[in-house]
Amino acid sequence: MLELRKDIFADERDDNLKEIGKGTQRQDMLGHVTGTSSYFNDHKLQGMLHLKVVRSTQSHARIRRIDTSEAERSAGVRRIIRGADVPVNLNTLLSLINFGKDDEPSLAVDKVRYKGEPVVAIVADSEREAFEAIAKVRIDYEPLPAVFDVEDALKPGAPVVNETYPKNTFTYHETYDRQQLRFGDADAALATADHVLEQRYQMSPIEHAPTETNGAIAAPDTNGRYVVYTSTQALFFSVDTCAKILDVPSNTFHFIGGTVGGGFGGKVDTLTEPLAILGAMLTGKPVRYVFGREEEMQYGPPRGAERIYIKDGVMRDGRVVARKILAYFDSGAYTRLSSYAAVKCAAHLPGPYTIPNVYGDVYCVFTNRTPATAMRGFGVTAMDFAIECQMDKLAHLINMDPMEFRILNAYRDGDMKAHRREAKNTALIECVQVAAEKAKWPLREEFKRASSRKDGGGNRAVIPPTPTDSSRVRPTSPVQQRTSYDRLPPTVTREPPREPPPPAPPPPSPRPAAPSHGATRFSSVFGTRRR
Amino acid sequence: MTRHRGRGIASINYPIGMNLGGDPSQALVHSNPSGKFTVALSSIDLGQGMKSVTRQICAETLGVPVEDVYVDTADSDTGPHCMGSFASRGTHRVGNAVMAAAREARGVMMEAAAEELEVNAADLETDGRGNIHVKGAPHRSISTKDVAIAAQFKQGKTISGRGIFLVPLSEVNPETGEMSPATCYAHACLVAEVDVDDETGEVAMVRMDSAYELGRALNPRLVEQQLVGGAWMGVSHALYETPEPYYPEPVHGPRDFVEYLMPGPGDICPHDIAVLERPAPDGPFGAKGPGEMCANPVLPAVANAIFNAVGVRIDDLPITPEKVLRAIKAQGGARPQARR
Repeated sequence: MLELRKDIFADERDDNLKEIGKGTQRQDMLGHVTGTSSYFNDHKLQGMLHLKVVRSTQSHARIRRIDTSEAERSAGVRRIIRGADVPVNLNTLLSLINFGKDDEPSLAVDKVRYKGEPVVAIVADSEREAFEAIAKVRIDYEPLPAVFDVEDALKPGAPVVNETYPKNTFTYHETYDRQQLRFGDADAALATADHVLEQRYQMSPIEHAPTETNGAIAAPDTNGRYVVYTSTQALFFSVDTCAKILDVPSNTFHFIGGTVGGGFGGKVDTLTEPLAILGAMLTGKPVRYVFGREEEMQYGPPRGAERIYIKDGVMRDGRVVARKILAYFDSGAYTRLSSYAAVKCAAHLPGPYTIPNVYGDVYCVFTNRTPATAMRGFGVTAMDFAIECQMDKLAHLINMDPMEFRILNAYRDGDMKAHRREAKNTALIECVQVAAEKAKWPLREEFKRASSRKDGGGNRAVIPPTPTDSSRVRPTSPVQQRTSYDRLPPTVTREPPREPPPPAPPPPSPRPAAPSHGATRFSSVFGTRRR
Repeated sequence: MTRHRGRGIASINYPIGMNLGGDPSQALVHSNPSGKFTVALSSIDLGQGMKSVTRQICAETLGVPVEDVYVDTADSDTGPHCMGSFASRGTHRVGNAVMAAAREARGVMMEAAAEELEVNAADLETDGRGNIHVKGAPHRSISTKDVAIAAQFKQGKTISGRGIFLVPLSEVNPETGEMSPATCYAHACLVAEVDVDDETGEVAMVRMDSAYELGRALNPRLVEQQLVGGAWMGVSHALYETPEPYYPEPVHGPRDFVEYLMPGPGDICPHDIAVLERPAPDGPFGAKGPGEMCANPVLPAVANAIFNAVGVRIDDLPITPEKVLRAIKAQGGARPQARR
């Protein structure tokens, strides 16, 4: 049930509109409900061939030899495509906007970097014949040590996943192994906070689970052009990526999308179009390349898993005075779009709150798993999970209502955000108030009266003095009451060390009046328990 | 066995459009000689309603009924460039491009009407029902169809418009992270109510109450479908889904919807939604974008509700019955927190 709260912010809107604001039936509704909307896979073309790929059985291995001789003789096989047949085999998606280095082959050549990586493509008369030929391809692998954990990948001596990024981290601004955010002096504020709470959060990978799997049909058109029916979420992104990989002008292609059977971010990567077009170029026939469900689920890119450490300083009156965040994005074996998400994540810190001291390090890390990509809430969903669980724990710690705690710390118009831009057009407080009202959650009068349009700016608009990393001095032994529920963050060692390891926290002084979550439980969870 | 009820909340904001900007979209709008308009886009409708929302934006801007506008998408030969349908950018970026194109087309339409009515174009207004008339004198009127015919066959004018919307790309300071990530933000707060079974560790959704601030709900029914569906994606992330159940070990991955868990019809619960509208200064009619952010508050709200119900914190997703049960056992039984 949806209720429009026209009473709120009414003075900022002109509601005297004719078409806007109406629940008009969607233009494509009739097609959807009668099953006549056209999807890319509805184009069954005369003489259409089918492409399937041989996928790596290894998570990390050198390719010694690829033997396709038996597959070539298999019934119905029209063409076998190897990495050497791809005009520009190495690409990275965001090279289109000059971000990152080419790091991913369309078909693996010397090495495979994740289980399921495409090595050889087979074009055959039918899907069945393509699968039969796939079973006859012999690939001789020399297994290499693989790394799956983001923090293991950063340890000295970790296997190098992707030689384009030998330290297993994406390179920002030519030299940085992370995206930083620095606003105020988080360490100094943590040293004087009434409570410090440090926690670890782990997002899981997620499958986009579209009804329609990724796929494309490419066919030779007249005058040397190719028509491509595709499930892409980003038509020109795919056009330009294909033009680069196949080394032809972009107007060689006529891309036609249609209704897409669910995207959620999983159809941005242009996974099927380049090989389908190449198949059409090499055979002169229409070629269809569509993921099966298992391919979509295991080798189509998932939402990447992020690991997040948050260390917050909070005062007894409820103000969060410092937030320090260390986040690792698990990009899998190649960059795809995770590099972009890490910057978006840094921009999102510290969440929709005005916190005067914020420190963030966000890493995009390579591991030997299926490359991750965009998904609904990209770069933000996992961080919101971490921040909002943390906010709940902080409110509990100081014995404050979690709704009121959020209103107290919410950003307001005129506040300075940690990425050094003024907050405008904010509405977090009103959302909390309305949600409380709907859920019949009592708020005290002063919190009901709070407004995003009042009491912001002023001191809250100031960019605080921010020490540079080299000038940062570790706080001496803190005297405030500290609460550490979690184990210490693992000492992340890499070259060169940025700062000395954090001092061990003093033994907890007497427990706060608020009920605690129990220190032993978290250490047992993160220290010894296996999932 | 005891079922414990708990409530948890989360509040969030979400940036609209690609981070840092630099993500243009274009639109072309043109009329046929009957005064019916086509919007040509290369943008993709993913089922979210891109065609419908741009259609309403175009009709409102032109001042014609929505039935007189048809949106054609997803063709690289006929549709001008669009970055793509992602990053909650469709309504904001493409909507703005369509608005700019429709404004230009409207300018020509009003000039052509002025010539037919022999008045100044500034004195004309549209009635939104397919007519253009002199302000304050509705009887001095001409239909958009007649204007289109006159423009095409008599005046030699093309009632068409071009639009582009671009938020210029922002730099990022490598040391401080100073940047302009987005021009506007959507907001939300969600309360999740759950039952936790302390014998099985199972979590059942009881209800959700939420407030979403979206700038402007251009089509409240499309907004509702996004918010309802998105919240269930959030529940699914929180409690069920993963292609790597033993992450970071890449083993025992599901291969189909039998092995990949998602909530089914028996798992859903009532969701009461309020929509707030604080118009974004640079949004089309103030609109932001509900697409992505609707899933985000659900994950932490559910985790916080589980703590409220049984006193355990599960900080790694998904929150499976196994994890809940182990945590309850580790603390020696359920510890319900103060009822909210």
